[in-house]
Amino acid sequence: MSTQTIQAAKVHADDIPLDQIDVGDPQLFQDGNFWPYFARLRREDPVHYCGKSAFGPYWSITKYKDIMQVDTNHAVFSSEGGISILDRPEEFRTPNFISMDPPKHDEQRKTVNPIVAPGNLARLEHLIRSRACAILDSLPVNETFDWVDRVSIELTTQMLATLFDFPQQDRRLLTYWSDAATAPIGPGGMFDTEEARLAELKNCLDYFTCLWNERVNAEPGSDLISMLAHSPATRNMGPKEFLGNLILLIVGGNDTTRNSITGGLLFLNENPDQYQKLRDDPGLITNMVSEIIRYQTPLAHMRRTALADAEIGGKLIKKGAKVVMWYISGNRDDEVIDNPNKFMIDRPRARQHLSFGFGIHRCVGNRLAELQLKILWEEALKRYPTIEVVGRPERVYSSFVHGYRSLPVRIPA
Amino acid sequence: MPKITYVEYTGTEREIELQSGFSVMQGAIDNSIVGIDADCGGACACATCHVYVDPRWLEKVGPQGSQEAALLDFAALAQPNSRLACQIKMDDQLDGLVVRLPEAQH
Repeated sequence: MSTQTIQAAKVHADDIPLDQIDVGDPQLFQDGNFWPYFARLRREDPVHYCGKSAFGPYWSITKYKDIMQVDTNHAVFSSEGGISILDRPEEFRTPNFISMDPPKHDEQRKTVNPIVAPGNLARLEHLIRSRACAILDSLPVNETFDWVDRVSIELTTQMLATLFDFPQQDRRLLTYWSDAATAPIGPGGMFDTEEARLAELKNCLDYFTCLWNERVNAEPGSDLISMLAHSPATRNMGPKEFLGNLILLIVGGNDTTRNSITGGLLFLNENPDQYQKLRDDPGLITNMVSEIIRYQTPLAHMRRTALADAEIGGKLIKKGAKVVMWYISGNRDDEVIDNPNKFMIDRPRARQHLSFGFGIHRCVGNRLAELQLKILWEEALKRYPTIEVVGRPERVYSSFVHGYRSLPVRIPA
Repeated sequence: MPKITYVEYTGTEREIELQSGFSVMQGAIDNSIVGIDADCGGACACATCHVYVDPRWLEKVGPQGSQEAALLDFAALAQPNSRLACQIKMDDQLDGLVVRLPEAQH
């Protein structure tokens, strides 16, 4: 599908025969034109079969309650076939715990869980605040700059480097590998072939293997690599599984919070009444953080594979089918969320959104993500009553990562 | 109406009346008890309404369900008397129930 205007997308979304709707098309996401297609599916065909797409045939689950039903039934809806709409050829798959079912999933998840548990978050809070202050204090005034590069990437990548105890001076490699791991192959993506992607990710593996070798011979430490190297559940992983888990932790700890930081500033600018409400009452920040995460939905979907025939929303999903839970659509379902297309920083029950997923694969780092956003907004408001968006965001070519390449902003003098 | 006491992490005790059939999670949300997040709204899908049941009440409250146990297995601060408050329904048998709240929900 070629680039089209938002108006044209609305008309097209309502006119196209239902069976030709392919909401997985990354172009729709790069153009920001996917909303009317999901709106139509929620209205007319909430559990929708797309028979032909670049990703092969797949089911789309678009309503909140149906998504909840799939997400909490891991016995039937397996993660072992992969968790994004894209099927990698077998030789390019890198196993990791988000793409596993119990019991192996449980053991590996428990290995890394302590790093984002309440006790450790309390220890990280001071560090996050000092970094947020330094980043915000370094911003130019009365000059256009890229919020993604200067703020969103900086804060999240410094944090990620700390969690891995990864050299801070090389931290932008983490950003690059995160993008490399999730970019679609071909035009619009970063690589033309899976081979080229894997060659780059091999550099990531080599770098981390050095860190692993250091840590495995040292006393157990509190960073993620040391945890993986010393836990019985993960210490015997082969290189592919090590790389798979690295990618999971890098993407999970990087893209998601980064894009919510960017989205939040964009939404406040698009809704000046909400920005004013925030200035009038900074006590709303905690609630606003949940609303930002709902409104952005930084991972647009998670995918499952049906291990048995199953009925969802009155449709029969056959064993072996690919099932895509569109969190980004469920978060705009007016059956569960009042006035869902409105960004409301004081929304009641703001925590009840789908962005972290539900069930045993629910985002392990959700509280760390919320903490980073909360601190950043607390410190930003103290310094700058207004940060203006002065141009259009450049969006990512992906129907998995819902994010931004750049966002031009200016702090008024 | 049966009564329930929530002991917040700071030690503050709050006794409220909770209608039979309502969940211990709902009672906490409706009365702004500090320390219950209830992100999934009571679907046994997130483990953010984690409570510790006072040992004297464990037998009457009963054991964790299987989905509940799978989620509590990942909760950072789980103990043998951990339950999800959305899975405990109030009734006359539980009049006087005491639950404690963890340091944080994760």
